[in-house]
Amino acid sequence: MSARDAILSRIRRATGRGDDAGRQAAVAERLKSHRRNLIPERGNIDAKARIKLFEDMAIAVQASVAHVASSNDVPEAVAAYLRQHNLPQHIRHGAHETAANMPWAEKAPALEVVTGPAEPADEVSLSIAVGGVAETGTLVLTSGPDNPTTLNFLPENHIVAIRASDVAGSYEDIWDRIRKAHGEGTLPRTVNMVTGPSRTGDIEQRIELGAHGPRRLHIVIIDE
Amino acid sequence: MKPASREFKNNASRALNDAQLQRALNTVQGGFIEKRRNAADKLPEFETLRDQARDIKNHTLEHLDLYLAEWESKATAAGGHVHWCETPAEAREAILSICKRLNAKSVTKGKSMITEEIAINPALADAGIDPVETDLGEYIIQLRGETPSHIIAPAIHVTKDQIEADFRKTHTHLPGDRNLDESTALVNEARQILRQKYIEADVGITGANFLIAETGSSVIVTNEGNGDLTQTLPKAHIVMATIDKMVPTLEDVSTILRLLARSATGQEFSAYTTWSTGPRRPGDLDGPEEYHVVVLDNGRSGMLGTEFQDVLRCIRCGACMNHCPVYQSIGGHAYGWVYPGPIGSVLTPGLIGVDEAGQLPNASTFCGRCEEVCPMRIPLPKMMRHWREKEFESKLTPHTVRTGLGLWSWLARRPGLYHLATGIAARALSAMAGRRGRLRSLPLAGGWTRHRDLPAPQGRSFQARWKSGERSMQ
Repeated sequence: MSARDAILSRIRRATGRGDDAGRQAAVAERLKSHRRNLIPERGNIDAKARIKLFEDMAIAVQASVAHVASSNDVPEAVAAYLRQHNLPQHIRHGAHETAANMPWAEKAPALEVVTGPAEPADEVSLSIAVGGVAETGTLVLTSGPDNPTTLNFLPENHIVAIRASDVAGSYEDIWDRIRKAHGEGTLPRTVNMVTGPSRTGDIEQRIELGAHGPRRLHIVIIDE
Repeated sequence: MKPASREFKNNASRALNDAQLQRALNTVQGGFIEKRRNAADKLPEFETLRDQARDIKNHTLEHLDLYLAEWESKATAAGGHVHWCETPAEAREAILSICKRLNAKSVTKGKSMITEEIAINPALADAGIDPVETDLGEYIIQLRGETPSHIIAPAIHVTKDQIEADFRKTHTHLPGDRNLDESTALVNEARQILRQKYIEADVGITGANFLIAETGSSVIVTNEGNGDLTQTLPKAHIVMATIDKMVPTLEDVSTILRLLARSATGQEFSAYTTWSTGPRRPGDLDGPEEYHVVVLDNGRSGMLGTEFQDVLRCIRCGACMNHCPVYQSIGGHAYGWVYPGPIGSVLTPGLIGVDEAGQLPNASTFCGRCEEVCPMRIPLPKMMRHWREKEFESKLTPHTVRTGLGLWSWLARRPGLYHLATGIAARALSAMAGRRGRLRSLPLAGGWTRHRDLPAPQGRSFQARWKSGERSMQ
């Protein structure tokens, strides 16, 4: 007998009690309905308060936040952020149309913008989030040519643009959105939930930022 | 990892007398405990979520065979490869054969206690493959040739000064006069060195906090981002999981995630929660070309359907050890195997045998704090008691303890004699203690009185006072 069959049949003997049809139906129903459990009230608030909560929670975990009126204003906000932190005027982003359609040359002529997955020398990247979760100030990013995963981790500075209307109250709201876009019973290859910049407490429990991932996380909220 | 749990008593004495370790352990109490309490207090639904999380895992364990099969078919459909292993040897073999096929020279590793359980690092090294731990704490102890002493803070037993000395000894290519006084400098140095390792690695191995039946995904929860670089940059990503990591749906995982970070580090949410489903897809510009999940049993299925089933609900947050007075005093290494603290005292006998690890469930005062803070409401003290019973039944308990228990049970079954004997003993101890009310030393109780006085009974026994009608508080 294969290891697989040995393990599964041992489990069946220990828990099965013979009612295979009933158990199968219970499992199929649970997976299909993916019912919500208790969701904290914290995120169950109107849109304006939700965005405020998202922002407050993100700042509480050392992210920084800026607001712009429309996606056309993102290039200027990015250039200003780079100047503020004495970073080179060079960023990399994926093929996401929101990023591609921003007026980079017009609004930030000194900024060099390249696309593709991150390279080790890149200091700053820009991603477009599929959503945010107000409950904990969490960004949700999905993999693909639009937002290569390495952009989220390799550069020391990660800038993420998110539409205010994409900020949800709970993780569960995001799952429903992803199911709608990608279908039931599957996920994009990688879903990254990002809550503040990288950190470690491994040296005498003192929190240090930038252990391996980005030292800085800057969130640009597009209010339009 | 070769168990040293039989040596628990000696290990514990050594730990108590280790000044460096005691200094390092001081940080446990102030740090984790207060942070967890604050995080729990800030979420009004916390206690209800604990009930729901318990119920989710109970349901999953009752249907574990079906959920595993469902997860496997989804993971395979996404292009992943599933390797079922009954024993650590099979798991090592599965990992080695992937690495050899890819001609791997270097493997980066995210934090994974199961890879400690199967001792993958020495096996990789024997095969000429360089295993590189990338979690900062794991990297530090790898340099020191040690094992983790805590499941989420593996280097909690090491002080900053020791880390500085280790870095100076190992990173000899860097200037000897560089300043490493601040922990920031140490973190930066490790960051620079490991960055190159991520890029050079052929294979990345991570653990899994959860496997999801609904989507065939695996989930890791980290703060450093090392797990993400480990799994994104190399050609192949190997996930090391066990059968008890299973959770049915994305909603169910989300509920448990609301408890995990709060219970572990007191964070509202960890910095990175990463959901992986299969390898690189058409159009992807990065990510691993191969995605493997090694799913290990190693004795866990044998705990299903027994009085120990509930321990399989564990999500490895470490709250039980953070709150354990025994762990706080002796640290994790004394437990002698992969999992220390209360969870180790219950899990270890189940995985490597009560003959090997029978001392661990005895290393508890039954104060109950572990169960009080366990997000999955695992009745840890009750299970330690079950292991003590098993140890007694299989005659593994030491002779002196058995004789003592035998005498007590003989006496306890004779109430008249019991009252007489305890009454005499109470009065005798009270007389011996005199006005101070405390005993400095007592024959047969040296283990207690060597370190502190024994409070003496005040005179008559409770039962005698009850009988004489003294029933209200005075």
